[in-house]
Amino acid sequence: MPRRVAIIGTGQTKYSKERNDVNQMELVYKATTKALDDAELKVSDLDAIVLGNMELFEGRALPEMWCGEGAGGYLKSVTKIATGGTSGSSAAIAGFYQVASGVFDIVVVVGWEKHSEGHTQTAMAMVDPLWDRHVASGAVGNFALSISQLMAGRGITEEQAAKVTVKARRNACRNPYAHLQMPDITVEEVLSSRMLAHPVRLLDMCPQSDGACAIIYASEERARTACRRPAWVKAVATRHEQPYLGDIENRLIIMRTLRAAAKEAYRQAGISQPLRDLNVAEIYEPVSYAELAWYEALGFCDEGEAGKLIDEGITEMGGQLPVNPSGGVLCSNPVGASGVIRVAEAAIQIMGKGEERQVPGVKTALAHGYGVYAWADVMILSSELG
Amino acid sequence: MKDGIAIIGVGQTEFKEQTSETITEIVYQAVQRALRDARLSIGDIDHVVTASVDLWDGLVASNIAITEVVGAVMKPEVRVASDGLLACYHAYMMLLTGLYNNILVVAHCKGSMGNHYTFSNWSFDPIYQQKLGLDFLSAAALQANWCMRRYGITPEQCAQVVVMSRSNGEKNPRALGSPKVTVDDVLQSPLLAYPIKSLDVAPTCDGACAMVLSSSVEKAGPSAKPVWIKGVGACLDAHYLGDRDLSRPESLISSGKKAYKMAGIRYPKKEIDLVELSEFFSYQELLWLEGLGLCDSSKVSETLHHGVICEDGKPSVNPSGGVLSGAPYIVAGLSRLAEVALQLRGEAGNCQVSEAKTALAHGTAGPAGQDHCVFIVSA
Repeated sequence: MPRRVAIIGTGQTKYSKERNDVNQMELVYKATTKALDDAELKVSDLDAIVLGNMELFEGRALPEMWCGEGAGGYLKSVTKIATGGTSGSSAAIAGFYQVASGVFDIVVVVGWEKHSEGHTQTAMAMVDPLWDRHVASGAVGNFALSISQLMAGRGITEEQAAKVTVKARRNACRNPYAHLQMPDITVEEVLSSRMLAHPVRLLDMCPQSDGACAIIYASEERARTACRRPAWVKAVATRHEQPYLGDIENRLIIMRTLRAAAKEAYRQAGISQPLRDLNVAEIYEPVSYAELAWYEALGFCDEGEAGKLIDEGITEMGGQLPVNPSGGVLCSNPVGASGVIRVAEAAIQIMGKGEERQVPGVKTALAHGYGVYAWADVMILSSELG
Repeated sequence: MKDGIAIIGVGQTEFKEQTSETITEIVYQAVQRALRDARLSIGDIDHVVTASVDLWDGLVASNIAITEVVGAVMKPEVRVASDGLLACYHAYMMLLTGLYNNILVVAHCKGSMGNHYTFSNWSFDPIYQQKLGLDFLSAAALQANWCMRRYGITPEQCAQVVVMSRSNGEKNPRALGSPKVTVDDVLQSPLLAYPIKSLDVAPTCDGACAMVLSSSVEKAGPSAKPVWIKGVGACLDAHYLGDRDLSRPESLISSGKKAYKMAGIRYPKKEIDLVELSEFFSYQELLWLEGLGLCDSSKVSETLHHGVICEDGKPSVNPSGGVLSGAPYIVAGLSRLAEVALQLRGEAGNCQVSEAKTALAHGTAGPAGQDHCVFIVSA
């Protein structure tokens, strides 16, 4: 069986619309340095580097060549992962494997994106040129179609989605790194924001952010000596899906990839009732409605009950299962980093370093990555090695 | 555990200057061939690791194009966006965790679809270097000049490397089938960036390579022909060309040392019978051999005189014809590993060398060999 692995440090940059003060390599450097400081390690302690980035968004090629040194990659193994929206979560899982394999003891995973240097929605439309490209519409369009199905099939309302946005943007006010912080946002304001593609409104959608996030993994032996309260990796699971949107029936309702990945991760972690057994979740919701779809697919509620979770405040800070105390992807979305941020924030909650956004007494945390049309990554962290 | 991971199946497409088939179609062919070779069905694969780069494919997350044909629908897949041998290294580590039995590794690229030098220009630091027009060709030319100066390598010797590669490649049914050339042909081919001439450069081409790695070879049955992974190393060098001594491939030296150490190899020249290198330019074959401790470049004029690259013709170098005979970017490194696996199984056809027991496969990515990966395998 794999060696046991823990996260012993995290580092994040401030996420914002345009980080003109730093270039991509410097972003990577800043996140890496903060993670090393957090783990009380030096760059020479790093055995290997795993990077997550979608370079097509910035028109870069093999970005690890330039940015790898920013993560301490000089004369080290550097693995560059790119899987669309799941780039960060897949990189986080890849880093876990590299330590669990026994080949490396300390691995840093750094995800980053600098959307301000490219045109993300154009790049996102570079799908299959024969069948898909002429109807490609970037993130908003493809979500809009599936959301209409979700509303019809699961009785989700615009108000419930707006509540997700309000929760996220208010939570973000307690996260110093978050891009969109809106302390005074209201449901009415979300519902009266500009319509992008029915039913998705401007305030329902995530921003495009510049930023980087790093996490440091250590083997069991190193984690025990280096960290007072490491976040142990209890489960990892990945599922990919059909390439054409039209082949994925009732995408947001069924979301069989996330259901299967969650089931597998819960099996590995010995979780039978996620709402009871998890203390916090950091999930990848590029649009408010997606969070409600993920509640059901992650087994936080029964079929058609997701709206209730938000109506009853169960996923608010102070609720039974706070979801995205960081503000989530709805508040900060540097794509290559977003999945790493989910894992880092889950680890921060376990390590008790969440400051204003800390959920009290977190023992078990879930991190989730979403990408392409329906790709899913799930990771579960615990304060107990078990 | 460490000697318990083996290559149990390889599959490659024929490499072509330009194929009319889609990325999906070429990957399907390579995967089916690898599965047949491993005597497995797609259902036996637990995890898929792919290698591709979006810019070369003109697609966003180009592993979307191949999810179905690599069998990753409702299964785990991850993409390493670099050379296929680095993807293979990651797959190897995943198998060492004990969580998976069989991992399919796939690399693909249709080099014909885009302009390699434009894309490679976009891999340079955009503030200080990209705007100078540096690309993988001009970076290689700087490196070639350094090598000529340091080791006394001549354009004629580089041309001889091309002649030998093309001659080997003629016997390889997967290679491009480019005609044999003479030293004069190479020397008189158009100068691209001094000292590199057009025939010194690996041809751009299309193709895919797939491989099945397994941690449970005992389940593969008596007919299996496992090729065991004995050692692996990978390293990234500094990015700025001025920060590197281009005639000393630091990251290759370091990757080689790691792989040799893991494989228990103390005298690489004596213990390695066969190498397949990723030489995208003729001079690189000599420099990579030097970096791997397999050949003394300053003596190369003597050995080339005898029609071999390394002293006494050992190890054999690129019997497949190497990348100079045609292997697509991204695919090249994984294809090198596939070629040595076939050699060790005695199935390399007309390219077969005799009595090869231990082999080295090499992959590289980035300008002037910034990133290297080395595999040591044995039958």
